[in-house]
Amino acid sequence: MSRGERGDFAVIGQRLRKIDGLAKSTGRAAYTDDLVLPGMLHGKILRSPHPHARIVSIDTSRAEALEGVHGVLTGGELPTPYGIIPWTPDENALAVDRVRYVGDGVAAVAAVDEDTALQALDLIEVEYELLPVVLDPRQALEAKGTYEAGDYIHPPRKEGWNGNVTKMVKLEFGDVDGGLAAADLEVEGEYWFEGTTHAAIEPHCAIGLFEGTGRLTVWSSTQVPHYLHRELARVLRLDPAEVRVIQPPVGGAFGGKSEPFDLEFCVAALARKTGRPVKILYTREEVFYAHRGRHPFDMWYRTGMTRDGRLTGVDARIVLDGGAYASFGLVTTYYSGQLLTAPYDLPAYRFDSTRAYTNKPACGPKRGHGSVQPRFAFEVQLDKLAQLGGFDPMELRRKNVLGSHTRTINELRVTSNGFLECLEAVERASGWKERWRRLPFGRGLGVAGSTYISGTNYPIYPNDMPQSGIQVQIDRSGRVAVFSGGSEIGQGTDSAMAYIAAEEFGVPLEHVRVYRGDTDFTPVDLGAYSSRVTFMLGNACVDACRRLKAQVCSAVAEYWEGDPDAVILRGGRAFDPAEADRSMPIRQAFQLAEARWGTLGATGSYNTPKDVHGSYRGGTIGASPAYSFTAHVAEVEVDPETGVVRVEKIWIAHDCGRALNPVLVEGQMEGSAYMGFGEALMEEQVFKDADHGRAGLHDAPSLLDYRMPTSLDTPDLEAHIVESVDPEGPYGAKEAGEGPLHPSIPAIANAIHDAVGVRVDRLPFSPPRVWRALEEARRAGRLAKPAHPAERVAEGAS
Amino acid sequence: MLRLPRYEYHRPRRLDDALQLLDRHGDEARVVAGGTDLIPNMKHRLFEPGHLVALSAVEELQGIRWDDGVLDVGAAVTLDALSRNPEVRRHASALADAARHVAGPQIRNRATLGGNVCLDTRCTYYNQTEFWRTALGFCLKKDGDTCHVTRVGRKCVAAHSADTPPVLMVLDAEVELRSSKGSRAVPVREWFVADGIHNTRLEAGEILTRIRIPIHPATRCSYRKLRQRQAVDFPLLTVAVGADFASDGRVSEIRGVVTGLGSRPRWLTGWDDLVDGSLDDDVVDALAQRAGAQCRPLENMIVDPEWRRAMVPVEVGRALRTLRSAGPAGASLEA
Repeated sequence: MSRGERGDFAVIGQRLRKIDGLAKSTGRAAYTDDLVLPGMLHGKILRSPHPHARIVSIDTSRAEALEGVHGVLTGGELPTPYGIIPWTPDENALAVDRVRYVGDGVAAVAAVDEDTALQALDLIEVEYELLPVVLDPRQALEAKGTYEAGDYIHPPRKEGWNGNVTKMVKLEFGDVDGGLAAADLEVEGEYWFEGTTHAAIEPHCAIGLFEGTGRLTVWSSTQVPHYLHRELARVLRLDPAEVRVIQPPVGGAFGGKSEPFDLEFCVAALARKTGRPVKILYTREEVFYAHRGRHPFDMWYRTGMTRDGRLTGVDARIVLDGGAYASFGLVTTYYSGQLLTAPYDLPAYRFDSTRAYTNKPACGPKRGHGSVQPRFAFEVQLDKLAQLGGFDPMELRRKNVLGSHTRTINELRVTSNGFLECLEAVERASGWKERWRRLPFGRGLGVAGSTYISGTNYPIYPNDMPQSGIQVQIDRSGRVAVFSGGSEIGQGTDSAMAYIAAEEFGVPLEHVRVYRGDTDFTPVDLGAYSSRVTFMLGNACVDACRRLKAQVCSAVAEYWEGDPDAVILRGGRAFDPAEADRSMPIRQAFQLAEARWGTLGATGSYNTPKDVHGSYRGGTIGASPAYSFTAHVAEVEVDPETGVVRVEKIWIAHDCGRALNPVLVEGQMEGSAYMGFGEALMEEQVFKDADHGRAGLHDAPSLLDYRMPTSLDTPDLEAHIVESVDPEGPYGAKEAGEGPLHPSIPAIANAIHDAVGVRVDRLPFSPPRVWRALEEARRAGRLAKPAHPAERVAEGAS
Repeated sequence: MLRLPRYEYHRPRRLDDALQLLDRHGDEARVVAGGTDLIPNMKHRLFEPGHLVALSAVEELQGIRWDDGVLDVGAAVTLDALSRNPEVRRHASALADAARHVAGPQIRNRATLGGNVCLDTRCTYYNQTEFWRTALGFCLKKDGDTCHVTRVGRKCVAAHSADTPPVLMVLDAEVELRSSKGSRAVPVREWFVADGIHNTRLEAGEILTRIRIPIHPATRCSYRKLRQRQAVDFPLLTVAVGADFASDGRVSEIRGVVTGLGSRPRWLTGWDDLVDGSLDDDVVDALAQRAGAQCRPLENMIVDPEWRRAMVPVEVGRALRTLRSAGPAGASLEA
């Protein structure tokens, strides 16, 4: 605890268990695939073997004739396009006339069992006319021709435009050319971030049920029940009031379940068609094709600095490889530039980002959406600037911090900011001052910092309604029921709401029940994305609890003939601390309130402040009610003969505002650092080209060959919580789920440089790539540990 | 989840019954022990046998015996049991280490030594689902007529990827094979053939029953595995080296095997003239360079072949250096 009022709390800040931890760790939690409905059919989706082709014809007659098959569905039956971003609806539940990547859905079957459904897929005859394939985003952006001829993956939005462009964003703040011209020192470089995917343990699964009156229920392993609700109504052409989405516990998501997927529409349409419930569970291979993971970024940065270490300007150009569909791509394109403007004070900043369509599975949001890639490039570039200017990189970062209660160069409002404390925490814990540049050749330390949003300030579809809603109900038994619109995807949202309710009502945690994830009886929350839940839903929960608590306190005060403000609810009792005889069990307090006010319930909601964004087009994207801050130091061991990098330890300091439960915050910090570490060393979602078998074929759609680190590979992870107590967060809390991922990757890159003196500006830092960099340095006779700035100054002086 | 094709499952208790089942069902039958290689391959539709003959209950394939200078290991002994067996650890610890480096604990609890010796070759164009291979247009090893690795010729170059055979070769082990016609023994050194489609001398109707490892107290052996992560990863390169040490510390014979590159383990050659009683750094470097010169990895895995090639002398050199300090029981280290 390095800052912030400790606060006088009974539950908040305690190291408590998750309320669903026991059920999940003992296998009792029922995930979507655990559910079996009477008469349920099993569905399978036929997928395109071609990366780009026109569908000439589909003949499903033989499949329909197969015994055990109840229904076959093709794209023409669901022609309404959808897309998570309302401005880019470019997907169909199943391909209508064109397939755009290997794995694109073409038809779906519902049958008595999976084997019969698979057999039926083999009987569907699809005639394709092959179209040109583009895998490289730069080539896609240079394409000329027509959509009809297959030169473009999507129809151009305007006559004469390139149909392979999802979005272009060019924004400039301050005088970049002037700033760079005035710089004493400058570093320019290209960086490549390879695509990676989420690889959550639970594959996507959905069940559709259509009931007689025309009412649809879909159970789905989604992070966004509300957006799924909207899109189901749209694509199935149903009244939204006739659609119900149920979200069972979700077995991990990381952004990979934050938009609708083909299976959700297919189970709904097949259920309508067959009159039976239908379940579809993706294979692991299908999860890799569904993807929506981290975009590959091709980045160029130029950064200027004065001799005394003040940044003067940053210029960036980025090409995003989007894959076949837009997904969140419009937002990703903005995020690629907008989220770089903290934690450092950039006096001038320009970015030029373009997202291209390619014939590969669509990219989308993965933990740290759109900002992990530029953060890698920029934090490495800062390290190079420090090297050039003779600064300790820790010191260089300190010289340029943004500060709290201010605006960034792109006008985003920043409130609390604990970044300096984060830097101090990792500097101290890692022994940075004594060990950086002083470890033997082959061993090194690296630092990096970052920021992230606590929820996106504006909803995906423009509206003035609350972002988060919750309903709380108490009764004479003493229990508290929370009806939460939140999405529990393993991160602990249900638990956080229970802690808040227990704190506010003073009841034991076991007496709080959280009911969640059913659009028929929980209020709307927009979903578990952009690290918005603790901040937004947490505020909604505090709001509901306090309304209800006021009724309890006033009833108790009336009974005591005292002041409602003097009534405290805590430790299972209602009492007045100033009057020793005024104390009663909380159950009695609830009974007094129920007698006084009737049945007790309240709703609460949260909506974002409206004045926290930039005044230019696109200035709302990247705006958040609060920002988290993180710093990492990584320690690595590099084998100079093999190029094998072993990450020994990562020190993680994260400003989460206030930790509602430090155990969960530390879990998020460790999990984030682990995920970044995996992307740094191993993970890559890559595809074969025409010279290697088949263009657009996923290299390795399995967990054997898409390598993620095992527990044996994983470094020691040491979490240091920094609490800056945000003025607008619930009890001061901000996000902790995504921010702590960002610095892992550049900290490891910078540590490799400290260890062996080579720069690896392309991800991942796999043994072959590091070995090539080492060989190049060896041949050039410059394979050595870089000098400490103190020694460099001494050398310069002598 | 991927579905298995339909098959009939047999679980004989006697070897003779198992052999009879193989004779009766011919090409339609395959034996299965731990199933950790075959079952995923069946899910990928690389094999669709109508009959599976399980070996787990066959007594003749069980047990580890230490018998007058020979370790006699049943083919159905699990890799986990092998790696923990005190006799194996005492007399052939490099083999225990090789077994311990296979996949992860759950898989080693099922996978067997016989299965590891018979492991199907692996390739990025082969170990994929039926959908994936359909999109590819199939390959030489299964259902197709093109090798996507070499793009020419009729030779399959899928990689031998098992961890234990290099150690078994260096230790001069042999496998015992039984069929309804009788039995035969084949040295592991001669067991593999240079054909990625079917890379062993196992014949139709035969079952690999036991692996016999002669133990010479003067022999030291070491084993190294290069992989990208520390568990659940096939080798990118496996090296086993062995040498006979006289009581004065002089080295009389050095043998080495490298695998993970081509369709069979490579017995390193051209070492004899370099061995002159000593295993000092110069000798090690010379041996390692000669090893590197004879290995040419292909793009049968999705890992930079140039790097894999460069790692041959590095790993062979490290394995040889380990020998100097290894006791008679051998040693292993991991990359």
